Amino acid sequence: MGEQRQATFSVWRGDHQTGKFVDYKTTVSEGMVVLDAIHQIQAESASDLACRWNCKAGKCGSCSAEINGKPRLMCMTRLDILDMTQPVTVEPMRSFPSIRDLVTDVSWNFRVKKRIKPFKPRKPDAEDGTWRMYQADVERVQEFRKCIECFLCQDVCHVLREHHKHDEFAGPRHFVYQAALEMHPLDVEERLGQVKGENAIGYCNITKCCTKVCPEHIAITDNAIIPLKERVNDEFYDPITKLFRIFRARPKAERKD
Amino acid sequence: MSNADFHLPQRGLGSTARRDRWWVQPLTVFCVLSGFIVYATWAALQGKHYFAHANGEHYLSPFYSPLLYGAEHEPYWIAQGVPKWWPSFLPFSPAMLILIGPGLMRFTCYYYRGAYYKAFWADPLSCAVGEPRKGYRGENSFPLIMQNVHRYVFYPAAAFVMVLLYDGYKALWFTDAEGTHFGVGVGSIVLIMNALLLGGYTFGCHCARHQIGGFLNSLAKRPIRSKCYACVNALNKRHMYWAWVSLVWVALTDLYVRLLSMGYITDFRIIF
Repeated sequence: MGEQRQATFSVWRGDHQTGKFVDYKTTVSEGMVVLDAIHQIQAESASDLACRWNCKAGKCGSCSAEINGKPRLMCMTRLDILDMTQPVTVEPMRSFPSIRDLVTDVSWNFRVKKRIKPFKPRKPDAEDGTWRMYQADVERVQEFRKCIECFLCQDVCHVLREHHKHDEFAGPRHFVYQAALEMHPLDVEERLGQVKGENAIGYCNITKCCTKVCPEHIAITDNAIIPLKERVNDEFYDPITKLFRIFRARPKAERKD
Repeated sequence: MSNADFHLPQRGLGSTARRDRWWVQPLTVFCVLSGFIVYATWAALQGKHYFAHANGEHYLSPFYSPLLYGAEHEPYWIAQGVPKWWPSFLPFSPAMLILIGPGLMRFTCYYYRGAYYKAFWADPLSCAVGEPRKGYRGENSFPLIMQNVHRYVFYPAAAFVMVLLYDGYKALWFTDAEGTHFGVGVGSIVLIMNALLLGGYTFGCHCARHQIGGFLNSLAKRPIRSKCYACVNALNKRHMYWAWVSLVWVALTDLYVRLLSMGYITDFRIIF
């Protein structure tokens, strides 16, 4: 074990009504992450500190929080990247209602996701009910499948965080999900109307904050949101593309292929 | 979509727990873009010193290319002097006729939009930092829904790159009393670099990526389109860098031609 030293963590304590930062001192050592420190604080001085976590490997997306004001996974934030000479602030995600301490109620995300049109494959390519597709074609959507649903992108998105458009806007996570479905080589569902209308992709003003906080390094803005905006543009705003479509008059399923 | 049954507190302007210097990036964008706009407007309004030719070179400032209307010794495209339809009470500069093309390309570019919404409109000021306004319409309604015009301004911008490449080619030829000779001057390199950087920016744009193949779900059976998509995608990954480098370089190119034409600097060159 490396050098041990005292550090202060300023942790948000409270529920959805009120709360405040409380300072906790604990001993930290080389290789520790913020979640280790929170567990240590729970063991030493705050056994009632609420914190959601599961895998401690950056794959379950449970321990999302804001560390020194930046949305991060606690389990993937090493202490050696933080300035330990000052108290490290740890607070819950601010785009969702707090349940208690570091735990937020993220169920809004699941309600939004349920309303998204699901995957609808074309008719099977073979008589045995299977499909044929090229690896090159699914590679594009495989990036989106890396999402661990930590909702850090939702947390940092200013449309939700500052403007509270939860009733009108689906947020980056759900555009990644819709991009994965919409760009899938087998999918034939018509969901651009939903992307534009119910999920209001137009609210995104491409500030790329979602991309910056993604722990899976998904290029959310460049590879999911902007291509979806372009497809919405094809379908609803671009008269020349629409004109070409009238002349080509091919069914949607065929166009997507 | 009434999925939210909760109320979140409103935060004030600049409210954040971030400790890093989050204001550096929007401030830098504000300063560089403002500086460019001021310089480009000044240069466009000058209407002179945009073509360096005194010592046999043919260097045309990119702010004035294509030169639709120009003086007798200049490589104009349409006619000499001022267009007949130009209102007499307005000052005329050839740059006024063309700068709208590249200007709109940058204004509606997906990268610049995100950057200037932050730097000039504080929407948001920076990621996870409080904003000045409660109301928000984004690009969901007028006026910002008009940003969708980006795909239409891409095509003229691509044509501009071709014209600038031609200017770069012309900059490789030098005229003296004995005729025209091939050569390479600092100005030739500056002009060719300018066209290449603007090409890297323009052809790596998100609209180009969509038009070349992004709109399709399957490219595997289309080898040529697939290769083109891969190339545009490779440029697109560094779109931000292309955007800034090409912006600064185009201003420096104009400055170089301007100073050369005014006689303040000498163009070093090798003529074969």
